[in-house]
Amino acid sequence: MASKLRLIAVLGVVALVAAACGGDDDAGGGDATCEVDQTDGDLLLYNWSEYIDPDLLTAFAEQHGVTVSQTFYDSNESMLAQIQMGQAYDVIVPSDYMVTIMVDDGLIVELQRDAIPNLANLDPTFADPAYDPGGRYSAAYQWGTTGLAVDMDVVGEDFEPSWGLVFDPELAGQGGISMLNDPRETMGAALKYLGYSLNSTSLDELQEAADLVAAANITKFDSLQYTDDLINGEVAVSHGFSGTFFFVIDDVDGWDRYAYFVPEEGGTVWVDNMSIPTNAEHPCTAHTFINFILDAENGAALTNWNYSASPNEAAEEFIDPEILEDESIYPSEESFERLEFIVDTGDFEINYTDYFSRARN
Amino acid sequence: MVQTADPVERASLERGARKAESRRGFLIGLPAWIYLTIFFAIPLGIVFVYSLGTRTSTGATRLEDLNFDSYARLAEPLVRQIAWRSLTLAVITTALCLLIGYPFAYFVATRSRAMRNVLLVLIMIPFWSNFLVRTYAWRVLLGSDGLVSQITQLLGLGETRLLFTPSAVLIGLVYGFLPFMILPLYASIERMDWSLVEAGRDLYASGWTAFRKITWPLSRPGVVAGSILVFIPAIGAYVTPAILGGSTSTLLGQYVVDQFLAARNWPFGSALSFAIMSVMLLATVIYFRVGGRNL
Amino acid sequence: MNAGRRRRGPVQRLLAANAWLVYAFLYLPILVLIAFSFNANERNVSVWTGGTLKWYGEVFQNPNVTGAIRNSLVVAFVATLVSTVIGTAAAISLERFRYRGQRGYDGLLYMPVIIPDVTMAVMMLLFFAQGFAMIHGLFGVRFTFGLGTIALSHIAFNISFVAIVVRARLGQMDPSIEEAAADLYAGRWATFRKVTLPMILPGVLGGALLALTLSLDDVVITSFVTGPGSTTLPVYVFGLVRRGVSPLINAVSVLMLVASMVLVGASLMVQRARSRS
Repeated sequence: MASKLRLIAVLGVVALVAAACGGDDDAGGGDATCEVDQTDGDLLLYNWSEYIDPDLLTAFAEQHGVTVSQTFYDSNESMLAQIQMGQAYDVIVPSDYMVTIMVDDGLIVELQRDAIPNLANLDPTFADPAYDPGGRYSAAYQWGTTGLAVDMDVVGEDFEPSWGLVFDPELAGQGGISMLNDPRETMGAALKYLGYSLNSTSLDELQEAADLVAAANITKFDSLQYTDDLINGEVAVSHGFSGTFFFVIDDVDGWDRYAYFVPEEGGTVWVDNMSIPTNAEHPCTAHTFINFILDAENGAALTNWNYSASPNEAAEEFIDPEILEDESIYPSEESFERLEFIVDTGDFEINYTDYFSRARN
Repeated sequence: MVQTADPVERASLERGARKAESRRGFLIGLPAWIYLTIFFAIPLGIVFVYSLGTRTSTGATRLEDLNFDSYARLAEPLVRQIAWRSLTLAVITTALCLLIGYPFAYFVATRSRAMRNVLLVLIMIPFWSNFLVRTYAWRVLLGSDGLVSQITQLLGLGETRLLFTPSAVLIGLVYGFLPFMILPLYASIERMDWSLVEAGRDLYASGWTAFRKITWPLSRPGVVAGSILVFIPAIGAYVTPAILGGSTSTLLGQYVVDQFLAARNWPFGSALSFAIMSVMLLATVIYFRVGGRNL
Repeated sequence: MNAGRRRRGPVQRLLAANAWLVYAFLYLPILVLIAFSFNANERNVSVWTGGTLKWYGEVFQNPNVTGAIRNSLVVAFVATLVSTVIGTAAAISLERFRYRGQRGYDGLLYMPVIIPDVTMAVMMLLFFAQGFAMIHGLFGVRFTFGLGTIALSHIAFNISFVAIVVRARLGQMDPSIEEAAADLYAGRWATFRKVTLPMILPGVLGGALLALTLSLDDVVITSFVTGPGSTTLPVYVFGLVRRGVSPLINAVSVLMLVASMVLVGASLMVQRARSRS
């Protein structure tokens, strides 16, 4: 009897493996054609934290008679991992380069433009981006920069607006430093400091960057708490996304002791997008949600709440003018020269993760 | 029972009865064996198969052309560094738990019956409390503004930030696992034959010698059980380092999770998991042989 | 059992001091946690700015929290029930019977206890991911991660823990009582119901309590096999803690502590009642 059970176990493993190799490839839940404002069930949103006003979600829920549940992730890679595992969300918010990866892997569906008339609201630059030609698989959500926020009580008001605050032993070390737990962003910061492109595909350059990160006296690598740690005094220099800083710092007493900037050597400009996974169970609700967000007033509400820049041209008239004029949120033309989009490096990509792992230790 | 005079017939009847007993025993346990085969043995097999796979450039897993490349990676310096770090942390945690827990268990075991019950209940309460909650409590205590820091500031020692350091993780682990050491120790010490201990005290001049030669060996089963119950979770610890550590010095648990949730290198992650598990198994078997089986 | 008289001496005083220190070490953080759950300071939970009950109110009004509580209870209940029955049966099977291959099953039963939970999490993740792919390929039915996968995983490790506790109890019992009863009663089932079961009941309840606790406590395994909308309380708290500390987490934690204490209290009372009868 015991040997029979063992046989069953072995057969079971073989069968499961065979099924994996057999690999099936189905178009998934995106088959149904969706109409404008059509819903087919509740919305499962997978998003970065503190990126959307809960009131906006409630408004959507009430307007369309569905419930919305939101789950959070803190990096593109971990979101990708969950989707690859087969978790069925309806709307995800991948960044630019991640859209390319997910399209290549067949993980997101082409958007049905007829169900999203508000796509016309998008600024032309965002409607046809390099990472998703024709904007077929993604709808721009928010954009911004990644940079450093500092506590001027610690680094002084005359600080060098440079990555040297992290990597230069002479400038650093006046308080804790927090860097994003994100291979592309943190290795990218080091690469920029060294004068290389943050999309480098050179192992030598990557090694130099890794050495810099390893040598730097970094207190912690965190993609979630970098603003809280700054405000609580755990760190004095914090690496993070533009919108999040303004969102949190706005609430704090004595907020003007903190400053956010993109270092002079350059940094990342990113665009986050809404996409629909192939195995989404409620694709029509998903399309309706995207359309809802792209509405001019809702788009403005989004920015007025999370302080990231909006790609929505029609929303501009409803956005708080203070936000529109803030250069840290809407970088000027000449700042743009120093900024780079993160681009997927294909087969080279795993090296960023591996070198970062090694450097972090 | 059917009575029969014929010894041959009776022997065969008894054999039949034994066989029926045997089969009944097996059948009673069958739900467990089936469940564990499906939901434990097979998953284990799948992990092994995945560990032989290859990672595609986007992080999916290819299962054609099985190979041992992922296992070859286990020899990399980074892996060895992380493994060594986890091992030393687990050993120190176990040692500290033993150092603190043994006198404590001895003390409780040597109180009066009524006192013992009270003391035990007081230990049970943290034991049954949620592990995550207890670890989180240290988060609040160890920050720059936390209670520990406030106390050192009062004492004029300045601000301490223990949070996000290896010490914080150690404190968290000892705190979390101390009850796991105390309870088996207590059970073992309480069950000891105290007449031997008394005899030892009369025999040996020094209390320490009596302890070393009598008490300690008698309580060894408890020491073994407690050590295993602390050492094993400590090596693969994930929650405590995630809450109290700063991810500047990765431990095994975090490293494995990273392979699945961030690096998306399932073959490597599977190889790591399988290797960790094999080592654990080996260590447990050895420990049992050395310490005497008495879980 | 008499532990023997102790002489009052420096060693004894040291032992006592050590014991009190241990209690202080174990309870202080919990007490601080409870205290600061009333802290009005939203941003920095370690700095006291005033007392308030609002966090407790928010706990019960926050749908994420109440949903997570519900999920935890459902999973824990199912997992405890199933694993207690199966685990008890396994224990009896191993302790009271002899059959071929028994040592193999013994080993199989011990393995979930020995492996670190990260490894177990990985195993279950791959198993379900692979299984769902296969089922989808063969039958076109798409299963997803959710409460089902969580419950199945919890049962997998709980069976072993229940079995260990029940086996310990069986080991302490005198088998001759059961043999005597077997002679008295007509059938094995009657023997079991009237004699064995009542005698091992403390062990079974202890195992069930352990299974319940382990299920309610689990973070890693659950977070690997959970799906959208099926977050359990510890996973939810874990997510909150990663994003920052706030008195809300303290309030949720205190509630979890109170729940554990109630459980312990209940089990102790049951045990006391049994030992009296």
